Amino acid sequence: MKYVDEFRDPAQARALVQAIAALLPRIPASRRRPLQIMEVCGGHTHTIFRYGIADMLPDAIEFVHGPGCPVCVLPMGRVDDCVALAERPEVIFTTFGDAMHVPGSRKSLLQAKADGADVRMVYSPLDAMDLARRHPDREVVFFGLGFETTMPATAMALIEARRQGIGNFSLFCNHITIIATIKAILDSPDQRIDGFLGPGHVSMVIGTRPYGFIADRYRRPLVVCGFEPLDVLHATWMVLQQLADERCAIENQYARVVARDGNQRALAAIAEVFELREFFEWRGLGSIDQSGVRVRAGYAAFDAERKFGVPNVSIADPRSCQCGEVLKGAIKPHECKVFGTACTPETPLGALMVSSEGACAAYHSYGRRVHA
Amino acid sequence: MRDRTITLAHGAGGRAMRALIEELLLPAFGNTRADALEDQARMPIAELARAGDRLAFTTDSYVVDPLFFPGGDIGALAAAGTVNDLAVGGARPLFLSCGLVIEEGLPIATLQDVAASMRRMADRAGVRLVTGDTKVVERGAADRLFINTSGIGVIPAGIDLSASNAYPGDAVIVSGALGNHGVAILIARNQLALEADVASDCQPLDGLVSALLAACPTVHALRDATRGGVATVLNEFARASNVAIRIGESAVPVCEPVRGACEILGLDPLYLANEGVLVAVVPAADAARALDAMRAHPAGADAAIIGEVLRDPPGLVTMATHFGGERIVDVLTGEQLPRIC
Repeated sequence: MKYVDEFRDPAQARALVQAIAALLPRIPASRRRPLQIMEVCGGHTHTIFRYGIADMLPDAIEFVHGPGCPVCVLPMGRVDDCVALAERPEVIFTTFGDAMHVPGSRKSLLQAKADGADVRMVYSPLDAMDLARRHPDREVVFFGLGFETTMPATAMALIEARRQGIGNFSLFCNHITIIATIKAILDSPDQRIDGFLGPGHVSMVIGTRPYGFIADRYRRPLVVCGFEPLDVLHATWMVLQQLADERCAIENQYARVVARDGNQRALAAIAEVFELREFFEWRGLGSIDQSGVRVRAGYAAFDAERKFGVPNVSIADPRSCQCGEVLKGAIKPHECKVFGTACTPETPLGALMVSSEGACAAYHSYGRRVHA
Repeated sequence: MRDRTITLAHGAGGRAMRALIEELLLPAFGNTRADALEDQARMPIAELARAGDRLAFTTDSYVVDPLFFPGGDIGALAAAGTVNDLAVGGARPLFLSCGLVIEEGLPIATLQDVAASMRRMADRAGVRLVTGDTKVVERGAADRLFINTSGIGVIPAGIDLSASNAYPGDAVIVSGALGNHGVAILIARNQLALEADVASDCQPLDGLVSALLAACPTVHALRDATRGGVATVLNEFARASNVAIRIGESAVPVCEPVRGACEILGLDPLYLANEGVLVAVVPAADAARALDAMRAHPAGADAAIIGEVLRDPPGLVTMATHFGGERIVDVLTGEQLPRIC
């Protein structure tokens, strides 16, 4: 298949793996082994597992699966808020499919649907807006979540809803930002990450400039990376090249999609509709300053939090759950106390087990043999 | 029939129901009025005994949405699906039942089309639709039409196919390209604004199984790869036989439009439903002969050897990726797609 097979060529892969192995002896021995490279984005985690990339690389390199799966980092309290909204008789609650399984403290959206709540899967916020137009007697709430990747589409839906005067459409906003979260991880004392594979689709929107502090202040290399397996190997090689040269910079492996200044129109739509929250709660990582956005006052009529007085409950993660340590690379998924026993993809306890992009779920489906 | 839509009267046991059965269903299924006089179909044991030494009996319900899709419809699925469940046990399928649960308001013409397509599929497989039942429920109590079919077949003496019969060294063969049914249904639902020229592979597999067993009586295990796809069947084999199975991604047949749809939607063809593809486990020495026999049959033209059975680690299915890595092919969690069949 054109434009796909070129990025999965086994001969190129072998050449890159050799080039990576050849770099290892040049990296100062003062760095602890295995070297830890965090792929920030859940899409990269999926690629790494689906193509068996971790096994192709020398043992001296280890991927740490970062916080970039928005479904995974959704805290239990927010899921409870979703369920409470969905259970209101006037509400049609619309959501992306993979959020349906995330466990709340009482139930997931899937269970709420089985219990009679009107929960519907949509593929885009515009589908939800369409539903609102077709059901003027109901309140259609769209569950917006994701990083800067999905923010522009949600923003556009709100701009359109206001323009067209669709009064029965609103957004339950759970959008989060990646920059504050990377910073929180770097500030955490139990991490020892050597470099980053930067998110591809987030960067398509925000560009590469916002990462500057990672190289300048925290002295870590970051390479923005595409989602094909050769992209991941290539970007890994670029990170190691920086380590070998003892420099750190923000580089862009995914230049065929990501521009240095991002997408100005998408950024304008985000700025029009959203503003930073003072803090936002993350599953596994706790509260992080300025890591989420909310709907601006100008769009208050379309903000489900204001419209329905969402209680905003905060619920602590289950105590046995070690999602936070996995997210920071302090432990591997299978080293968690409940991995594969109390916590499985069928009965996820921690959110990393929920989505196929979650590190634990990917480990469970694709990677068990690694530690068998 | 004069009526244009199904009403509750068609399930009430009175005149309307008799008209539905006598004027629509009996002719469609090729039965006479005399065939329907009793509450049960009757079949001579002697005829069955001549065909083999064990009965095979199976049942399946069909709730696919939409009712009609490229390459088939709920009727074709209901006939072929149950025929296939018999065939992969090595049985010669002989008789089917047909239970209909109809939501009031279904156009009679729709029912006519579905019944005709059941008949066509049954004829292809050489089975007879011999007994049935019709229920009509209020609007909203079911979605248009659900069908249950049960099937009876006879297993010839000497044939012993079982999921627990896979041995280290055996070859793993699939009979055709994967995922066509799943993708055809997805596209037919029209929610994705996605277009691709993909038709369901819905077809009876009894002829293919006969051809395979005739050429290669040593086949160890057969199963049709419906919901959960080939990945699920391989895991069932690995667990039941306590062996490992290793497949090669490059060897797995997937047609280009299905691959494209999987790329866009993030689906894995190994987990997509098929309605006319089986997985066979055969001794390595007979693999070439089995493959030739399958390819010579129209239902197996794209058959391919995709992997082998190993001793260790027991119960695990792995795949050498085309890219050069290796990964686990686990069982599916949750539903990939509701109401696929």
